[in-house]
Amino acid sequence: MKKYEVVTSISYPKKGAMGKTGSWRVFRPIFDKAKCVKCLRCWIFCPEGTIKRKKDDSIEIDYDYCKGCGICANVCKVKAITMEREAKKK
Amino acid sequence: MAIKDLPIDECLLTGNAACPGCPATLGLRLVFKALGKNTIMVVPACCTAVIESLYPHTSFDIPVMNIAFEAAAAGASGVEAALRKLGKKDTTVLAWAGDGGTYDIGIQALSGAIERGTNFIYICYNNQIYSNTGIQRSGATPYGAWTTTTVGGKTEFRKDMGEIIIAHHLPYAAQTCISYPEDLYGKVKKAKDIKGPKYIEILAPCPPGWRFSMDRTIDMGILAVETGAWALYEYENGNMTFNGKSKLILENKIDRKPVEEWIRQQGRFSHLFKPEKDTTKITAIQKNIDQTWERYRKQYL
Repeated sequence: MKKYEVVTSISYPKKGAMGKTGSWRVFRPIFDKAKCVKCLRCWIFCPEGTIKRKKDDSIEIDYDYCKGCGICANVCKVKAITMEREAKKK
Repeated sequence: MAIKDLPIDECLLTGNAACPGCPATLGLRLVFKALGKNTIMVVPACCTAVIESLYPHTSFDIPVMNIAFEAAAAGASGVEAALRKLGKKDTTVLAWAGDGGTYDIGIQALSGAIERGTNFIYICYNNQIYSNTGIQRSGATPYGAWTTTTVGGKTEFRKDMGEIIIAHHLPYAAQTCISYPEDLYGKVKKAKDIKGPKYIEILAPCPPGWRFSMDRTIDMGILAVETGAWALYEYENGNMTFNGKSKLILENKIDRKPVEEWIRQQGRFSHLFKPEKDTTKITAIQKNIDQTWERYRKQYL
């Protein structure tokens, strides 16, 4: 990456600038590939961009950074994504 | 256009400081998809200044300049003048401010920049409160809504910023919502190719500010449009066109849903329903929306 020699303070782009935000999660999205119809609604509505769109329009969830808001499960019309609690009661 | 046609490239990096379910990051992703990497962004004090994350790292993969609250449009004017002098004609200048930095604090700089004909895109993401500083009322807060500074509900109606901007007779102005990504992407893409000042306002339902569950951000935007509390339109060279559901509402092809359906699901209006229903205030909100659409029909149909 190109660094600039200027007197003012500059921040440089970095993935995970606030650390692994996946640790904020209370509910975890579980993706069922069999139900998916590749409409990509979860991909476009993910506020974080943690749902990765692959070349064949299938998706993959990046659990390192997913904050667990649940929008993907809510916008999925075929209920291919469900939210499950991270820590189970013993 | 369908969702499949939107580009895969991202300029907003994951692992940023936004709240879960944030509509601003959703808007930013779509805007960056439309504008591409050859963009310089000017950000005043707003949630986005926080979403950029902590020094020495940033979550934005494009050049961003942070500037004082009232100076987003003024700063963008300066950037645009510098680019013009350097002969960089294809770089887009984007000013991205919240509703506080647009409706209240930044209106003077914005009006000036539009009047001077600065070649830039000004995007206001409107969450109807000062959410960065902890949910205070702004000029965009609707009537009856709770904020930390209007504890019993706001007693005034919001102002219509879209029409204040249109009064400048600029080349392009539009209103859109994060719940309609194709509409938002199309409008930003269109604005990119127009010369002169462009203004786009995005409705951004804020989960902590509006007091609803974070998985319902998209639903709140859709309901705002379907109840008529928000309109999707674009103004281009003197012509006003309504888009999507708002077009059908304007032409009386579908009925507007009662506004109660939208406000009932937001905690900021809960004092209108509990302990008992405040019919007077709910009727006042509905009446205001009815009047707005009556005016739209008279002026633009």
